[in-house]
Amino acid sequence: MARIIGGISTSHIPAIGNAIANNLQQDPYWKPFFDGYPPVRKWLDETRPDVAVVIYNDHGLNFFLNKLPTFAIGAAAEYQNADEGWGLKTLPPFPGDPQFSWHLIESLVQDEFDLTICQEMTVDHGFVVPLQLLWGDRKKLPIRTVPLEVNTVQHPLPTPARCYKLGKALGKAIESYPEDIKVVVLGTGGLSHQLDGRRAGFINKKFDLMCMEKIVSDPESLARYSIHDLVENAGTQGPEFIQWLIMRGALTGNVRKVHSNYHIPISNTGAGLLLLENAA
Amino acid sequence: MAIVNASDGDIPGTTIFDGRQSMKGYALNHMCYSFNSAENRAAFLRDEDAYCAKFRLNPAQREAIRKRNVLDMIAAGGNIYYLAKFAGIFGLGVQDVGAQQTGMTVEGFKARLVAAGK
Repeated sequence: MARIIGGISTSHIPAIGNAIANNLQQDPYWKPFFDGYPPVRKWLDETRPDVAVVIYNDHGLNFFLNKLPTFAIGAAAEYQNADEGWGLKTLPPFPGDPQFSWHLIESLVQDEFDLTICQEMTVDHGFVVPLQLLWGDRKKLPIRTVPLEVNTVQHPLPTPARCYKLGKALGKAIESYPEDIKVVVLGTGGLSHQLDGRRAGFINKKFDLMCMEKIVSDPESLARYSIHDLVENAGTQGPEFIQWLIMRGALTGNVRKVHSNYHIPISNTGAGLLLLENAA
Repeated sequence: MAIVNASDGDIPGTTIFDGRQSMKGYALNHMCYSFNSAENRAAFLRDEDAYCAKFRLNPAQREAIRKRNVLDMIAAGGNIYYLAKFAGIFGLGVQDVGAQQTGMTVEGFKARLVAAGK
């Protein structure tokens, strides 16, 4: 049977992609951020997952307002990265695992999560940057991927409670897959940031650190927030945290924090990193 | 210091991109979405009037684009994820856009972000 070996949450700021392309990892601005990742990469080298379920939000690459699903899942053999319009280098395609995707879809729909099913899906920095951070310098990505996309563009966004429940159904779906594969669940995006309006540049360190603590010990308390609460406390793009909640929901009730890092600022954002293992 | 727009809700300096904003901004966001393509970015630069006309921007949207004014684009229904693609045409990133919206220099805006981490 498939097994979830852990969950990782990380910010997915596009500027990170540029910093990687320009080898700025040791630059004083970037170093405190990139220094958070080697322990997670070491863990991945030791645990060697076969598949990553990557929970992210599209930023206007694959989806537009004409048809905008609340939740969408990839079921393709590979996922193309593409031009987002502002100069991020386009990367080679990412391998999928359609058989596993279809198993997840069957199980999630059976559990009343009616996701939009995508056999073609372009993936933007929200999906790509975390994979670069975690497996970036490999010549060939050593894992297969399943993208799970969440609407954080068009309000109403799915509630944190709904996302946490989706995570629980996702965990059950993964662990009912009959193949012996190891799965890591990535929740990407956040933490506090606001790109738009007169409040642009708003960051809330105290709230971010509280979220990073509670998502380990008491995720239910975070699932009780409204989207409005998240906008107020973490900025207009702060609701991306719902993707961390989906990741957390997929793990068992008790988890062990293996590693964490938090750094302000990366671009306009409070950048967080967490590695969690399922506790026995 | 935060000034509240007519289009702002109860969180100062913040516009929630809800159905009302999305209906209002559809043409503008549709045009900006098209800037994922290098060919379309070039077409805009070649003939801005014709490109905006093709997407049927309303007068407020056309004027906001003409002035390169992000707050006016948001007031006209623009969503930042699509507007970022418009800014990209001019090589501007989210920190340039943040500085413009807050009336700060880019260096001042960046310094404020660094200060938020202290």
